[in-house]
Amino acid sequence: MSDTLKLSEARKGARGVIVRVGCHHREDEHTAELERRLLELGFVEGARVELLHEGLFGRNPIALKVDDMRVALRRHEAASITVRVEVAA
Amino acid sequence: MDMQVRSVRVALVGNPNSGKTALFNALTGAHQKVANYAGVTVERKEGFIRNAGRTLSVLDLPGTYSLRARSPDEEVTRDAILGRLAGETPPDVIAAVADATNLRLVLRLILELKAVGRPMVLALNMYDIAQRTGLRIDLDRLEAELGVPIVTTVATRKRGIEELVAAVEAAAASAAPAVAGSWTPPDAEALRGKAAEAERIMKACVRPPERPDTLTGRVDSFLLHPVGGLVILSAVMFVMFQAVFAWATPAADGIEGLLTALGAMVAGAIPDGIWQSLIVDGLISGVGSVLVFLPQILILFLFIILLEDFGYMARAAFLLDRIMGVAGLHGRAFIPLLSSVACAIPGVMATRVIDNRRDRLTTILVAPLMTCSARIPVYTLIIAAFIPNQTVWGFANLQGLVMFGLYVAGVVSALSVAFVIRKLFWRSAVEPFMMEMPAYKMPDLKSVLFNLWLRARIFLERAGRIILPLMIVVWALSTFPYPPEGATAPAIEYSFAGMIGRALEPLFAPIGFNWQMVVALVPGMAAREVAVAALGTVYAVADAESATGVLATTLAAHWSLATGLAFLAWYIFAPQCVATLGVVRRETNSAKWMWVMIAYMFGLAYLAAFATYRVAVALGGG
Repeated sequence: MSDTLKLSEARKGARGVIVRVGCHHREDEHTAELERRLLELGFVEGARVELLHEGLFGRNPIALKVDDMRVALRRHEAASITVRVEVAA
Repeated sequence: MDMQVRSVRVALVGNPNSGKTALFNALTGAHQKVANYAGVTVERKEGFIRNAGRTLSVLDLPGTYSLRARSPDEEVTRDAILGRLAGETPPDVIAAVADATNLRLVLRLILELKAVGRPMVLALNMYDIAQRTGLRIDLDRLEAELGVPIVTTVATRKRGIEELVAAVEAAAASAAPAVAGSWTPPDAEALRGKAAEAERIMKACVRPPERPDTLTGRVDSFLLHPVGGLVILSAVMFVMFQAVFAWATPAADGIEGLLTALGAMVAGAIPDGIWQSLIVDGLISGVGSVLVFLPQILILFLFIILLEDFGYMARAAFLLDRIMGVAGLHGRAFIPLLSSVACAIPGVMATRVIDNRRDRLTTILVAPLMTCSARIPVYTLIIAAFIPNQTVWGFANLQGLVMFGLYVAGVVSALSVAFVIRKLFWRSAVEPFMMEMPAYKMPDLKSVLFNLWLRARIFLERAGRIILPLMIVVWALSTFPYPPEGATAPAIEYSFAGMIGRALEPLFAPIGFNWQMVVALVPGMAAREVAVAALGTVYAVADAESATGVLATTLAAHWSLATGLAFLAWYIFAPQCVATLGVVRRETNSAKWMWVMIAYMFGLAYLAAFATYRVAVALGGG
């Protein structure tokens, strides 16, 4: 039961492995910069992620465990990360 | 050649939260110099170590994940390392600082730093925590993989400091003629390559902890709870406010008392005249106007430093991101705005934590709208004069309610202005919100106190340098020229301040201000609370600051209710604080934004006072 999902659609408790970072069909500078910044913060293909916490308003932002560090992100940015879900919420 | 006499320069580089500043403090102790980099507003922290007759200079560079800079702070780090910074000699040695318990990202940064081609050493900091959790690092292997000498350190316990200094010296001495750095901004594929390499080194050299830290996860389940987290945050803020106001008042009163006594002493020792006036009314009260804020600022910074060191600040930004986002502000704008409730000066200075320039400018522009403590004396005076001391709705005190309303007005106006700035001027893409949330740590008492002392020193130096000269200018405006022989009215009426007040009177008549009020606003530009003393001067109430009761009665007799309310409305918005304006000029590095602030705040003040006055008159308060 391996299923891919945008990280922005994951719910609290979901766990998985990052399979893709960045929106490769969009080529503008803003998207490219977002991809580089995500990579620098540890969101790389193969990293394990777990959604730990959700904010009160619109379940936003989200707190994640990425390998062994914790990172906060808005769902808007999380949309450019695709994960293979191992444990659904 | 000149290597013998020249000191070795080492730059500390690392991720945020790696304990870099603690290590810097452990290395250099009190031998620190805090200034700004030429032309930018990034804080430049340099310290010195004397070691066997030689001097080592240590530069603490802002924390970063990458040399690809995205904030002014990170640009400084990049340019300092690459030797591109005007007026800076490039460092001889780079000391990479890593949190030993959180190596993955810093390994990638180190691989990037190696491309620069300068001698490097790696300090594995917080090594005690790594050992406690049973994390095993194969130091020899890691040294070989990275090609960089490694020293383990515990900055808070001053462990490994001598070894680090020795390693830096050795690296500097053995340095082959510096290979010209060949760093170019990496693209996504290059970043992936370096990240994969870092991951390989991680797997080869680091065995995961046997007893991983579960405390952070457990604490987060309370502190980041969607509802509970906000409740706790409100409680923390409430305690902080109580502390700022309750604890600081006695100290501030003490400082004021001391300076008043000093003023009286000097006045007794020096004959009446210009010198006495300059020293007592200009210098001593100028110094006083800076010093009285010190207790509040110290308490505020104590909380900020404690919360920061504990790791809570990133959580607060997380919890508040959406709420601030409604106004178009970044989650991190919370700290500067909160600080501005004590004083806009540290608030504006605290905006440095915001990466994006536009987010930062928006925050700076609205920070002075938050109700700072200097407004309190003015609010207290006008409320005492015009708002009856009675109970409404069975439990609430009307005066207290008005005071609360003024605070709310400050917050609402700050958020509204930020919203308008976003919608009207900067409709660009929203800056992404992404940040590491560090593991919780018990703050180290010594380092907290040290940082507090450093903050106090910076505040006094900077604020003093700006505020003092301005106080002298305001003093001169309110003193010269002297009243003619046999004058009966208060001296200020004949001064430049009096002339300015009279000249501006027609402009202020539509909002219900009389000329005495306008005269008081001139020295009131020095700092908001100075207007209280100035009103005392024009209405010839001696010692107005301690005798507010008398002054309030006088004002109630001279002003209509509508005028009093208009004056309150004016003070919500008016930028009556040259010190804040000076700091804004410094922090934005341009006079333009200072003038934008002056224009929009005076504009809002005028409109608010006008509306308040007209409505109050229409309702019979004229």
